[in-house]
Amino acid sequence: MFAFVLSRLLQAVPVMLVVALISFAMFAYVGDPVSIMLGQDFTEAQRDALVRDLGLDQPFFVQFARFVGNAIQGEFGLSYRLSRPVAELIAERAPATLELASCAAAIALFVGVPMGVFTGLYRQSWLSRFFLTFSLIGVSLPTFLIGILLILIFSVWLGWLPSFGRGDTVQIGSWSTGFLTGSGLKALVLPAITLGLFQLTLIMRLVRAEMLEVLRTDYIKFARARGLADRSVNFGHALKNTLVPVITIAGLQFGSIIAFAIVTETVFQWPGMGLLFIQSVGAADIPVMAAYLLLIALVFVTINLVVDLLYYAVDPRLRADRGASARGT
Amino acid sequence: MKRAWMRAGALAALLLGAAVDGAAARTVRWAASGDPNTLDPHSQNVGTVTMVLQQIYEGLVTRNPDLSPAPGLATSWSQEEPTRWRFNLRQGVRFHGGEPFTAEDVVFSVARAQQPTSNFGIFVDTIDRAVAVDERTVDIITKVPDPILPNKIISVYMMSKPWSEANNVARPQNTRAREETHTVRNTNGTGPFRLAAREPDVRTVMARNDAWWGWQQQQQGEGPRGNVTEIVYRPVASDATRIAALLSGEVDFVLDPPLQDLNRLRSASGTKVLEGPEVRSLYIVFDTFRDELLYSDVKGRNPFKDLRVRQALYHAIDIQAIHRTTMRGQSVVTGTLFPEQVNGYVREEDVRLPYDQARARALLAEAGYPNGFSVTLDCSNNRYINDEQICQAITAMWARVGVRTSLKAQPIAPFFAQIQRDDTSVYMLGWGVPTLDALYSFQSLLASRGSAPGDGIWNYGRYSNARMDELIARMKTETGPARQAAVREALKLYREDVPQIPLHHQMIPWAMRSNFTIPHAANNQPYFRWAVMN
Repeated sequence: MFAFVLSRLLQAVPVMLVVALISFAMFAYVGDPVSIMLGQDFTEAQRDALVRDLGLDQPFFVQFARFVGNAIQGEFGLSYRLSRPVAELIAERAPATLELASCAAAIALFVGVPMGVFTGLYRQSWLSRFFLTFSLIGVSLPTFLIGILLILIFSVWLGWLPSFGRGDTVQIGSWSTGFLTGSGLKALVLPAITLGLFQLTLIMRLVRAEMLEVLRTDYIKFARARGLADRSVNFGHALKNTLVPVITIAGLQFGSIIAFAIVTETVFQWPGMGLLFIQSVGAADIPVMAAYLLLIALVFVTINLVVDLLYYAVDPRLRADRGASARGT
Repeated sequence: MKRAWMRAGALAALLLGAAVDGAAARTVRWAASGDPNTLDPHSQNVGTVTMVLQQIYEGLVTRNPDLSPAPGLATSWSQEEPTRWRFNLRQGVRFHGGEPFTAEDVVFSVARAQQPTSNFGIFVDTIDRAVAVDERTVDIITKVPDPILPNKIISVYMMSKPWSEANNVARPQNTRAREETHTVRNTNGTGPFRLAAREPDVRTVMARNDAWWGWQQQQQGEGPRGNVTEIVYRPVASDATRIAALLSGEVDFVLDPPLQDLNRLRSASGTKVLEGPEVRSLYIVFDTFRDELLYSDVKGRNPFKDLRVRQALYHAIDIQAIHRTTMRGQSVVTGTLFPEQVNGYVREEDVRLPYDQARARALLAEAGYPNGFSVTLDCSNNRYINDEQICQAITAMWARVGVRTSLKAQPIAPFFAQIQRDDTSVYMLGWGVPTLDALYSFQSLLASRGSAPGDGIWNYGRYSNARMDELIARMKTETGPARQAAVREALKLYREDVPQIPLHHQMIPWAMRSNFTIPHAANNQPYFRWAVMN
């Protein structure tokens, strides 16, 4: 078990290094932060001084080595755009993104699974067909369009929900939460639906397919033959056996919900990490962009590791295989 | 412009009984696409910073609603000697933190703006030093006679010396420092509003400073009267969301509505659009320096060095089509360097070369390019109103006279980086004039690079004309009619020599709820001191 975790961790190191290298190399082409920092009026001397101070005159690999060295210590420097420490900026924005992502994931799971079960059980009903058509919309419409449509309907026409921002937040330690105020909860509804819709339809279709598969198996037939109640067969036996792949996919999707919150956050001016990233791109704010990409890579690596460990814990065959081969040698 | 503030004034007068003395809380919720990067008044010279700071800070000289200079923290000023301006300070003014405003603060603030880490150098470039004569008088000594110093000093905001020193911000914020300085998120001005809350990129709240001297003057009937007690600024980057928020009544005022939504906002109930010209002009600029263009199939010579080629490309542009279609009528077509709000403007020189494809082809043939040539046009795609679409239109128009143009449109970050390396053959540039004086444009855009500090710093076509340099030198020192004669001649030279093709001045529409009134300002700055909320 320990060796397994260790090997996974060692695999993660080159992944992180490669991400760091790619993002760092990419930034050489996003533009010159110096011209943006200097504004409309400056002299050549001012410009040269700034380039020197930022270390931009150093060779590429010197800059990269310094970047990695600092990153290991959690030190990403000062944002070019906001003149504030990057780590602090990201820590400030993380709660917004994480709250939004967990709400989106919760919506996707708690709506997607029942819909999937329903469409799996009652394939012919008109409601199932409606759900399936609806899921096509969720899969095929781009996120920003869904966001704009929701804003048009619920903010502009009906006036029920705010079109942007996070509402009032409450500060608990270093964590700012929107869960504790009315306006915060209202502000969460539209972006969470927008962000979760794609995952919702994905989970629904996955559960449906798995249900159809499981319902055909012998043990379900046997359970029915034993005269068990429909409810107990459908939920106790069938659904339980569909959930393993669903949980895996949902876990992996959580990473992408965090990473792809960028579009949703831009549409709703949601003050999270994705919006910070987009604003930084506009200003060629390299320290923030690099830190964000590394963080997202870290999120994916961590989730993958957790999922691997879950497999190990959940699936007895994995353990048995290892045990057998160990004995064999 | 004038009508706008008269309307504001009339409305304010109507509401006199109801709204004065801040008895009722009147909050304006305001949105625009960008957020200030810093709140340091001498660090970043960009519009998004100024739009917040000018509510909080003041200079010695300030502006009237028509943008002409008005007494600010100085009640009067005069040029005592060619190189000495005297400013008489307003008495009894206090900073938001309670510190009294003194002559020492002026000396300190001017010196702070002169620091190398300041981005406001162009406004203090002629200043040698400021001297406190006594408690209520300050002299500003200039290195050379500077006739437009009061115009320039408008942009230099006054800070409290004791406060700055106590908070270790005696110099403007510096990217060298590896820690955040106090002024990035804190302010202490003398202006009509004080900072109440600041969450970068999320929310900036400003509350009315009841002690501001200007409110009293408004009470006495000077100028338009404002009644706003609180400003909540929230950046909303997405155009569609910003407009949705205005339509749904979540914001009262949008500084930068997208052009395609204007008709909708005009016709929707509860919203209105205020339009006016902006002091920002767009040009096509040629590389007239290199012997061979970087991005062209003409080898061994530079076609843009030939006046006839520049004229031909000028004749080829159907500016009315751009005005009508690309800009949807929201532009002021021009043939000169800056709009009429800028001091020095000459109407007779505001004449374009007419749109004439036949003439363009003839000129190209005469210059030795009967079959045209190819060139790359560099352009930004997120800086000016419809910038990429304008360039697309020009690309097509030039192609029609045989100049095969490929368009390279990029976001401002890489675009500015590229043209600032002089790595371009022809590009489109937009240019605002914060001093509202002719010299600012001539000096930055048309002076030969490097002849004097600040000369030609945005002249990436490296245009150089000895006569133009001479005229610019005269503008720097001369006053009165002699100076205007130099400006007039320089504008004539600009028109005849075609170092650039002027396109248009931008129009800036502001969108707002019907119950909100604010005078439109050509520098695209909302002055909430004159705003009225019903």
